[in-house]
Amino acid sequence: MSNKSKNFFKGIKDTSPLMIPVVPFGIIFGVLAIDLGLTPLMTIAMSVIIFGGASQIIFLQLFSAGASSFVILSSVGAVNSRHLLYGTVLSEHLSDLNLTWKIIVSYFLVDQAFAVSNNHFKKNKEDKDKYFHLIGGGLNCWTIWQITTIIGIYLGSIIPEKLGLTFAIPLTFLALLVNDFRKFINVIVIIISGSVATLGYQIIPYKAYVIVAAFVGLFVAFILTKFVKKNYE
Amino acid sequence: MSNLALIIYCGLITFLTRFSMIALLKKEMFNDRIREVLSYVPSAIFPAIIFPAIFLNNSGFIQLDDNPKILASIIAMIIGVFSKNVLATIFSGLFSYWTIIFIF
Repeated sequence: MSNKSKNFFKGIKDTSPLMIPVVPFGIIFGVLAIDLGLTPLMTIAMSVIIFGGASQIIFLQLFSAGASSFVILSSVGAVNSRHLLYGTVLSEHLSDLNLTWKIIVSYFLVDQAFAVSNNHFKKNKEDKDKYFHLIGGGLNCWTIWQITTIIGIYLGSIIPEKLGLTFAIPLTFLALLVNDFRKFINVIVIIISGSVATLGYQIIPYKAYVIVAAFVGLFVAFILTKFVKKNYE
Repeated sequence: MSNLALIIYCGLITFLTRFSMIALLKKEMFNDRIREVLSYVPSAIFPAIIFPAIFLNNSGFIQLDDNPKILASIIAMIIGVFSKNVLATIFSGLFSYWTIIFIF
């Protein structure tokens, strides 16, 4: 197997456990979209063109509430602003790619793929084909997302709401953080970011609480890492 | 604006947030200090998605009483820290949640 395909399949393998909660999420999206009066074609178009669970759900929420295009666009932008940080973190490893590959890789830069590829890239700095890991992981998410959207469109109403499957979404992200619960600074950053987001949810406009909380968390990390270092010098 | 146009614009915004930093930043711009702070990005973003989903009710208000998601998340976190396994974390959380809402 070539090095590229090895990276590609590793990406698929690494993201696979994270796909379990994506299944109900995609189905829920399909059900909601049809419920709110979008056509099946429009619903599929959303999953292909936007390809972002949080953005699509926010879109539906605001669309159904009759929000203006401006509010919808700015809210989608705010929800997506976390990708700016993902891009910043990964750009170090991707800056040698040509423009076409940068465009392809960017389309697939979703939360789950970012989380596993970020670790993979750090461990394989010298491998110039490592970006195929992100493409494999991203394509895995993409395929599951499109299939479950379609399932949601046609079969969704069978799934009982009482199961509370949306709870699987925070659990996925929790699972991505388990290694960080053992590190002191990480725990502080986690608690602060989580509290800012929870308390700011009602106050911060345009659903920007995610990025506001992330920046507060990073600022705390910036201060704490400085302070901890000084202690050792 | 037609629905399709709105979807396309939202798609463009989503793409641009993913693409811009990858396109603009160069390897040479990074030093160890920046790398160190950026290594905290997952710890800074994911809780902002996790905490509101656990502590807020459907109307967006904080709910601490009668909220089975809190205990289920704590169990998932403990299982996660000890097992370091993604699937074990997700399933222990879901099963504790179902146990609490359906049995107790």
